Amino acid sequence: MTTVTLNGLRTIPAKYVPVLVTACLFVAMFVAGGIRYEGFASGQVILNVFIDNAFLLVVAVGMTFVILTGGIDLSVGSVVALSTMISASLMKGPGWPPYLVIPLVLLIGAALGLVMGYIIHTFEIQPFIVTLAGMFLARGLCYTIGTDSIPIEDPTFTAFAQTRIDLFADLWISPSVIIAAVVVLVAAYVLHYTRLGRSVYATGGSEQSALLMGLPVARTKITVYTVSGFCSALGGVLLSFYMLSGYGLHAVGMELDAIAAVVIGGTLLTGGSGFLLGTVLGVLVLGLIQTVISFEGTLSSWWTKIFIGLLLFVFILLQRLFSARRT
Amino acid sequence: MRRLLWPVVILALLLLVNLFFTANFFSIQMRDGHLYGSLIDILRFGAPLILVSLGMTLVIATGGIDLSVGSVVAIAGALACLQISDDAGVFTAVALALGLSVLLGAWNGLLVAVVGIQPIIATLILMVAGRGLAQLITGGQIITVNSPSYKIIGGGYWLTVPFGILLVVVVLAITVFLTRRLALGMLIESVGGNAEASRLAGIRSRGIIIMVYAFAALCAGVAGLMISSNVSSADGNNAGLWVELDAILAVVIGGTSLSGGRFSLGGTVLGALIIQTLTTTIYSIGVPPETTLLFKALVVTAVCLIQSKSFREKVFGRRRRAVPPSPAAEEKVRVTA
Repeated sequence: MTTVTLNGLRTIPAKYVPVLVTACLFVAMFVAGGIRYEGFASGQVILNVFIDNAFLLVVAVGMTFVILTGGIDLSVGSVVALSTMISASLMKGPGWPPYLVIPLVLLIGAALGLVMGYIIHTFEIQPFIVTLAGMFLARGLCYTIGTDSIPIEDPTFTAFAQTRIDLFADLWISPSVIIAAVVVLVAAYVLHYTRLGRSVYATGGSEQSALLMGLPVARTKITVYTVSGFCSALGGVLLSFYMLSGYGLHAVGMELDAIAAVVIGGTLLTGGSGFLLGTVLGVLVLGLIQTVISFEGTLSSWWTKIFIGLLLFVFILLQRLFSARRT
Repeated sequence: MRRLLWPVVILALLLLVNLFFTANFFSIQMRDGHLYGSLIDILRFGAPLILVSLGMTLVIATGGIDLSVGSVVAIAGALACLQISDDAGVFTAVALALGLSVLLGAWNGLLVAVVGIQPIIATLILMVAGRGLAQLITGGQIITVNSPSYKIIGGGYWLTVPFGILLVVVVLAITVFLTRRLALGMLIESVGGNAEASRLAGIRSRGIIIMVYAFAALCAGVAGLMISSNVSSADGNNAGLWVELDAILAVVIGGTSLSGGRFSLGGTVLGALIIQTLTTTIYSIGVPPETTLLFKALVVTAVCLIQSKSFREKVFGRRRRAVPPSPAAEEKVRVTA
């Protein structure tokens, strides 16, 4: 196995280098923020990143599965919006209870993913295009349900939105963070300790070899899109906890955030290489960039965009330089 | 040419659907010395998308992707309009805007080819920051200009034909000449097939990659001028929003694989025309605005399914199974395709 030396002390496998570099840069960014802004260097800032991005984390986990097989899923943002829209309209109009609405929404998300995966695999159409059509479809369904924002007043949803779970020393998290953490742990287990996980990596590494080895490539490919659809729907449920509304314009462009998070975490878009921990770090980096912007305060909306692009650039450049030097 | 069969069939079908709803859809008239008609409109309004898609085709042929074209469209329009409203000459304004576009494209190419960032992320940076840059140029406002000579680019006519269409024809002709008559096209395809192998074979893949990204941005810049000139104003926020997705869609409908290694310029033009015709169709048959995206999703899915070989075999293939295709013949088709 290829190994690289770090400080000449111990060796780490080359495959962990991108994730490690991302982790180091994340810490560096946090320290830099702590020096520059008062009140930045506290545990709650990190926890707030989790609280504000729990839905993105869940969506990015699903995206990781897809990207590991060498595919891509552009429909996630729209499916998130569709989930908020369906849950809001079902609870407001016919007055469905949440314990019926949430499973239904998750089922719809998974079904959409299943159909897309089936089309991608069976008819050999490029994932980019199929999921782009899925993106149009889900967004179109949102507008068909309604063009206005629908408020959510259900007590269960508001309870989820307002509950604070106290940790030690004045730190707190929201229930969504726990759900997201569970999703991450389950996904990490599936990816690294189950047959499905190994097939995902093998399919992404080389589909043909995986086929020749007798791995269930078809099932794997369809499964990852189903997982992604399910995660998007769950992300949508978490977003409706967070926003307490359903709206067709929620989560516009979230697919790009999710892809960026996965790639910043060191996963290759060509598939077969990457870790779920990297995705978590990627989401944290994006969230921390947002936090830095909010601490910066008086940026006009266009400077915010330029600044985000700039930070993204610096981060990716450093990550690239360090990874390249050590491998 | 076999590869272009399905896009042509789909385009023809879409146009026929329009004929069903609008009786005089195919009529082209001469009014005040200008050509008028629905077909001309499709070409005219489709011109920016065709341009952006042409650039995107070459980028995709190298195995990359360019998400930043929408932002470049906005930046080019914003800079040109700002210059014109500052009393600079139209020529200077256009030259500056296109120059900046090429620079931005070269920046993308540099990130991909030299730094080695994955194309989708490298161009995502400019996609995010570029939108901000466009708004910075316009100061968050919509700049309105009143310049008859600038108006020509997107709304003018030359020899009875809308100027935008001529511009597309010229760019297309130059691109086809450069890539199909010279070796450039083959070099691009070889870089897309395997960048490392092509480098070992003595091709300067870095230069080629930087060049195609610069070309894509230049095309996007021209499209941006066209869009802003057509409405005589620049909107940093909404100009060219999501045009990258339409462009990628056009390229893929036209038969270029996203994995790189080969491309079809004719297919891309057809793909862009299909998308523009679809938009026109949505308006002409009166699909309610809330369901336009649903309609688009259905058509895109149908288009992709029809083009998929395995779909055709599974659905229509039973009759053809009577004569088993010889492997040699199939191989030959694949080579020529």
